[in-house]
Amino acid sequence: MPQNRVAITGMGIVSSIGNTMEENLHSLLHYKKGIAPIVNIETRHKDAIKVGEILQTNEQLANSLNLPKGHNYSRTALLGCIAAKQAVKHANIEDISSFRTGLISSTSVGGMDMTEKHFKNYTSNPESRKFISSHHAGDSTEKIADHLGISDYVSTISTACSSAANAIMLGARLIKSGQLDRVIVGGTDGLAKFTINGFKTLMILSDTDCAPFDANRTGLNLGEAAAFLVLESEVIVKENNKSVLAYVAGYGNANDAFHQTASSENGEGAFLAMQKALTVANIQPKDINYINAHGTATPNNDLSEGRAIQRIFGPTIPDFSSTKAFTGHTLAAAGAIEAVYSVLALQNNVMFPNLNFNTAIPELQMIPITEVTKKPLEYALSNSFGFGGNCSTLIFSKS
Amino acid sequence: MKPCYINSAASISAQDTFDSNRFLETIISHESKTVHAMHPKYKEFISPIASRRMATGVKMGVAASKMALQEAQLETPDAIITGTGMGCIEDSEKFLNAIIDNDEQYLTPTSFIQSTHNTVGAQIALTLNCKGYNVTYVHGAVSFESALVDAQLMLHEHTANHILVGGVDELGKQFIEDIVKAEALEPKPITVPFGEGAHFFTLSSSKQKDTYGELKAIEIINKATPELIQEKLQAFLKRNGLITSDIDAVLLGINGDGFDNYYQNLQNSIFNTTPQIHYKHLSGEFFTASAFGFWVATNIVKQQKIPKALLLNEVEHSNYKNVLLYNQFKGRQHSFMLLSSC
Repeated sequence: MPQNRVAITGMGIVSSIGNTMEENLHSLLHYKKGIAPIVNIETRHKDAIKVGEILQTNEQLANSLNLPKGHNYSRTALLGCIAAKQAVKHANIEDISSFRTGLISSTSVGGMDMTEKHFKNYTSNPESRKFISSHHAGDSTEKIADHLGISDYVSTISTACSSAANAIMLGARLIKSGQLDRVIVGGTDGLAKFTINGFKTLMILSDTDCAPFDANRTGLNLGEAAAFLVLESEVIVKENNKSVLAYVAGYGNANDAFHQTASSENGEGAFLAMQKALTVANIQPKDINYINAHGTATPNNDLSEGRAIQRIFGPTIPDFSSTKAFTGHTLAAAGAIEAVYSVLALQNNVMFPNLNFNTAIPELQMIPITEVTKKPLEYALSNSFGFGGNCSTLIFSKS
Repeated sequence: MKPCYINSAASISAQDTFDSNRFLETIISHESKTVHAMHPKYKEFISPIASRRMATGVKMGVAASKMALQEAQLETPDAIITGTGMGCIEDSEKFLNAIIDNDEQYLTPTSFIQSTHNTVGAQIALTLNCKGYNVTYVHGAVSFESALVDAQLMLHEHTANHILVGGVDELGKQFIEDIVKAEALEPKPITVPFGEGAHFFTLSSSKQKDTYGELKAIEIINKATPELIQEKLQAFLKRNGLITSDIDAVLLGINGDGFDNYYQNLQNSIFNTTPQIHYKHLSGEFFTASAFGFWVATNIVKQQKIPKALLLNEVEHSNYKNVLLYNQFKGRQHSFMLLSSC
C-alpha cells in the first residue's frame, strides 16, 4: 500500500434528487428520480425536453448563503458554494487554515446562465454590467474559495463533462506528492439556455426520461448539480483521529483523440483511462465490485463505454449502473456527484439502480443493475467522459 | 521536485515573436485599446480545411503547439496541458448571439461544439493523435500557471517525460468591447491594451542541447495583501535555496491599474537593486499574458540578455541565472514562477 493515501473525509452535494447528501442517498434508494419538465428557465424547448433541475430559485439559493443584495453570483457559483460548504462541515473542519489547504473546482460553462441574460445589456444597464466579471470559469471558484476561507492554491479545471473527475484526480496527486495536506475538490454547473440549445443542436437530448444502456435509448437529459469532496492526507487523518468515508485509490486520464464530440467505436480513451486507474490503484479488474458508469444514454456514449468496459473486464463484467436517469447529465459536476454516489455505495454496501432499462444493447448484451442491490463492496470505479475526447476514471476504496 | 527542463518555447503574440533569435529586436508599439496577435502563416501548421472551421484561439493554439514540438524535435508528447482564461470566447459569442437573436431556433452545432474551454487541448490531441493525459485549466490569470503546476507534478511522478504545456486566449469581438468599456469606469483602469496570444512550451525530464532553462518552482496564491505577498515571496525563494539578491531579473505583470501597488511594493523594497522587467505593454493584458512573460523569461535565461523595451530600471546583471516572474490580476490570482539557466 502506498504511504500517503488520500482519504475522503467530507462530502457535500446539491442535485435534482436532493439538497443534501442524505436526501440524495434517500432518493437513490427509493427510485426517486429528479427528471421533470423545466421550471426555472424560460426556453422555447420547454415541452420538448426533460431535465434534472434543482427546484430552488437563485434568490432562494442566495438567501441560504446570506448573500447581500446586488451580488453577482451565477447559478453555478451559488450551487458550488452550497455544496462546498456542506463538504467542509461534513469533514468537521473548524479552522481551514490549520493545514495547507487547496481548492480545485470545475465547471463547463461557468457563469453562462447570467451571461445569457445580461450579455446584450452590459453597457446599457449597470445592473447587468456586474455580471461581466462573473462570466469566466474561475469566478465561481473564487467565490467558493472566499466562502471557505481558502486563500492559497485555488484553481479550476474545464474538460467538459469529465471536469470534476480531473479536479478530484489533481487533488489526490497534490496530496500524494506532499504539496498539500488537504484539498476541497469537485465541480458545479447550473443549467443554462446555452447548454440546452447546444445539446439540442447536436440532437442528443431525449424527449423523455433517459434510458442508459438500453437498446432503445434516445439521448440524454441535462441536469444541474454541484458536489465537493474533502480530500486529506492519511497522515493528517491519523494525527487528528478523523473518520474516513473512503479513499481515492486510483485515477486515470486519457484522450480518445477521435472526434471533438463523438467517442470512438471501441472506446479507446475510456479503455486507457480505466487501465491507468487500475494501475495506479495497483489492483486487478476482478477487484472492482461496482462501476458507476458515465452512461449518458446517448447512442454513441453507451455503446462506446460498454465496449471499453468489455475490453477491460472481459467476460466477467462487474455490476454496473448509470445514475444519470436520476439526476440527468450534470456536465462538469457529473464526476463529482458520481464520486459522492460511489462513496455512498461503498459506505452502505449498496448499488444504485440504472432506471428505465428494458432491453440490452444488441452489440453489447450488457445488463446493468436495475434494483437497489446490497452487496459487500471494496472497490467502486466511476467513469466520466467529455467533449474533446477527455476521458477520466476514478477508483474509490473502502479501506 | 525532480528537474523540469524547458526544451522549447513558442509564441504567437502582439509582437513579432515567431523567431526567438530576433528576441524582441523590433518592437511594435500599441496605441489602441485592444491589440490582435500577429498571426503566422497558418497553412504551414494546419490544413486549410481544418483551419477554416477553427476560431482564432484554436488556430493560434494548434500552431503554437506545433512550433513548440518542432523546436523540441518531438513528434508526440506524453501529455497536453492547456490553460485559458476566457476559453473559446469567439465561438461562445457566436452561439450566444444565435440563441438570442433567433429565439433558440435555426441553430447549428458548430460554434457550440467549439465553445468548450477544452477545445484547444482537444484539437491539439486530435491533430497529433495523442491519447495521453489531457487537461485544461481555466482559472483566470493563473490558468497557465495551473497547467505548469500539473506538468511539473507529472514529471515528478514519472508518469510523463515530455509534456506540451501552453496558455491561449483570444480577444473575441463583443465581450471584449464591454470589458474595455467597463474597465474605463474603474477608478484606476488598466492602461495597457487588452490582447491575445498563444504560448506553448515542451517541459521534459531530460535536458536537450538547446534547452532554454529549468523551471524551478511555481506557486499560486489566490488572495493576499501586498505585504503578505512580499512575505510569501521571500518564503518561496527560501524554499528554493535563494535569497532576493540571487534573483538576476524580476518580471512583473504591470498593467497600469490600481493594483500595480502589489508590484511597486516589491520594486521599492526587496528588488530595488534587481533588473526589473515589464512586458504587458508589449503583449497586452489577457488572462494568459503571463505565458508571454514566461516566454520572455525563457529567452532571457537562454540568450543571457534583456531587450531594451522590457527594462524598467537602469540595473543590469552580467549574467542571468535566476529569473523570477510575479503576476496578479486585480489583487487576486497571484503567481510566482522561478526559472534558472542550465
